[in-house]
Amino acid sequence: MTTTVSTTAALALGDDALVLSHRLGEWAGHAPVLEEEVALANIALDLLGQARVLLSLVGDEDELAYLREERAFRNVQLVEQPNGDFAHTILRQLYFSTYQHLLYAELAAGDGPFAPLAAKAVKEVAYHRDHAEQWTVRLGDGTDESHERAQRACEALWRFTGEMFRPVEGLDVDGAALEAAWLESVEGMLRRATLTVPEGPRSGAWRAGAGRQGLHTEPFGRMLAEMQHLHRSHPGASW
Amino acid sequence: MVTTTPLEAELLALAGSVPDPELPVLTLRELGVVRAVHMRGADSVEVELTPTYTGCPAVESMSVDIERVLQEHGMREVTVRRVLAPAWSTDDITDEGRRKLREFGIAPPRAGRTAGPVALQLGPTRAALAPETDPIRCPHCGSADTELLSRFSSTACKALRRCLACREPFDHFKEL
Repeated sequence: MTTTVSTTAALALGDDALVLSHRLGEWAGHAPVLEEEVALANIALDLLGQARVLLSLVGDEDELAYLREERAFRNVQLVEQPNGDFAHTILRQLYFSTYQHLLYAELAAGDGPFAPLAAKAVKEVAYHRDHAEQWTVRLGDGTDESHERAQRACEALWRFTGEMFRPVEGLDVDGAALEAAWLESVEGMLRRATLTVPEGPRSGAWRAGAGRQGLHTEPFGRMLAEMQHLHRSHPGASW
Repeated sequence: MVTTTPLEAELLALAGSVPDPELPVLTLRELGVVRAVHMRGADSVEVELTPTYTGCPAVESMSVDIERVLQEHGMREVTVRRVLAPAWSTDDITDEGRRKLREFGIAPPRAGRTAGPVALQLGPTRAALAPETDPIRCPHCGSADTELLSRFSSTACKALRRCLACREPFDHFKEL
């Protein structure tokens, strides 16, 4: 069994989970219906649990979450995108949870340092993916309004999806195979939802997708400020 | 196979007798989350605890409860270690645990099935679906005629359903 944990890889996976968890947590008190409020909070909790395990592999989880500057975060830009409307959040979930489910399934099958976490989390993420897929169909194949909003979200987030399949140092996965499986699944879902698969580039449009190198989009700084301000203002505070 | 001393077996039983903080009708043994107890000295012990879900917030409370119970039993130092592998599954819930869940009003997870959600069903929620060989039954009236309201309920491990026979909503412990 490989026991060396790549810091780069642990931060990449951990930050994806942490940042998306925070974004989903922002829905608390604002979701369209109570069931969705609870669903999004539960998904956020699963992701937070994964982030805690991943970050703890390479350092102190609190220091990593609360005391790093924006440029030190290694999450893909997709997960830091603001919630937008409900369709926007659901499409972000579809794109990300499909990727995460495929990735964890591959990691779980190996014997690397992420295998135990991946074997556990892949079962949780299966429910996240199912949730996103069901909602994608419901919104896309729903009313004119929901269809239009879902299509808009689908296109707006498309350019951030290529970054998920770029190589990450210390992460032993076949990015090309992962991407092919992702495209097949997501395109199939979009068609079932009567949505048009976007034609634009999936990265590189304006260098979208440098989150793994620490370059983030403008809304991320404000998200971090909110996430970190309590810890920074009151070091060592506890309930 | 590591041999277990009588004291370890006794402490394992004690740790397993702690009630689950979220579902107090179940003990940690019935939930299947206490994996092992190892002596680390004459009065120092390490307990292996596995979470149901990675982010389950009850783990911290379980750890504190286990520490308290074992300290009351003369252990000076109790360390609760979180283990992830092999991943916990709802198949680790004992038969007794399943019975208690049902009596508590929670439909227990179905045993021995592949974890994860069932295949996507299109169409209205109440459309007649392919007959289930092992349907989720209402814990109140026993009817197999139930529908899913939400995949996520009061905790990450449960889904919210409704019985179409007695109209009562209920939680279902999802297969994982």
